[in-house]
Amino acid sequence: MIDVIIDVTVLAFLTITAVAIVRMTNLFAIVMLFGIFSFLSAVMFIGMDAVDVAFTEAAVGAGISTVLMLGTIALTKDRKEKYPGGHRPWLPLAVVIVTGATLVYGTLDIPAFGDLNAPSQKHVAPYYIEKSMEDTGVPNIVTAVLASYRGFDTLGEVVVIFTAGIAVLLLIGGRRRKSDVAGQAGEDDDE
Amino acid sequence: MNNLILRVVSKILIPLIIVFALYVQFHGDFGPGGGFQAGVIMSAAIILYALVFGLDAAEQVIPSTLLRVLASMGVLIYGGVGLVSLLFGGNYLNYTVLASNQIAGQHLGILLVELGVGITVFSVMLIIFFAFAGRGRI
Repeated sequence: MIDVIIDVTVLAFLTITAVAIVRMTNLFAIVMLFGIFSFLSAVMFIGMDAVDVAFTEAAVGAGISTVLMLGTIALTKDRKEKYPGGHRPWLPLAVVIVTGATLVYGTLDIPAFGDLNAPSQKHVAPYYIEKSMEDTGVPNIVTAVLASYRGFDTLGEVVVIFTAGIAVLLLIGGRRRKSDVAGQAGEDDDE
Repeated sequence: MNNLILRVVSKILIPLIIVFALYVQFHGDFGPGGGFQAGVIMSAAIILYALVFGLDAAEQVIPSTLLRVLASMGVLIYGGVGLVSLLFGGNYLNYTVLASNQIAGQHLGILLVELGVGITVFSVMLIIFFAFAGRGRI
């Protein structure tokens, strides 16, 4: 019962935050609301007993990405553009409603949350739950799956993060070179 | 920035954040957490330092060349554990062969792999942050 109350409350807050984000024009406030949205999602994950996911969401979603978006705002500007004239909301609204209705229709076939007979519970999950302590001696099953059973996937994830870092460096790194150029230009002016 | 309260509070908070990151890193086998979360929390400590004391001070703490080396080193540690287990006669990333028995091998392998993850996530987050924040002051 208490689970349902928490879920409904958090979902209501999520919806309110999302509507507020859509209606606001001040990008600074929107970034703050994104952070709140991430924290609320983390609360939902805790309600589903997925503490590891909640942890990541709170650290990455609410922490790092908020800072990165603030950095981007500092580089660009802090207000939305005005919509160009002649904008009609009806076609996008229809697309959104149809897509949303399809998604809701799709959820009707999904097994209930925590259903023991759901396919995802029948596949390899029972093996992990029964044998992971025996196989790895690690009490946290999530860590055992992430680092040992699914070590290849995690290696791929780390390489993805590494690649993201390289891509950012290639695109907007190299600040030193620019400040060197600026310094040289200043010296030229002095001469 | 010369805000006294911010300086004092962040000087108190940063060591705690770093200790918590280390706890999340090395206690991930037993509680929630692991390399990904620990790396992000650790980088949050440096980002807080950069926000309060300025980018130049933060880059003196961790130079960007060091960050690039660290980012590659994390991936190398992860892949290296796999190669070592190949050399010891197991499959790639099969940690059982790393030590005398299966439990010890898995423990060692998971610890090293999570360390690699943590180092890479920490340094890549800071690389991205410094790249974004450094753009503003050319």
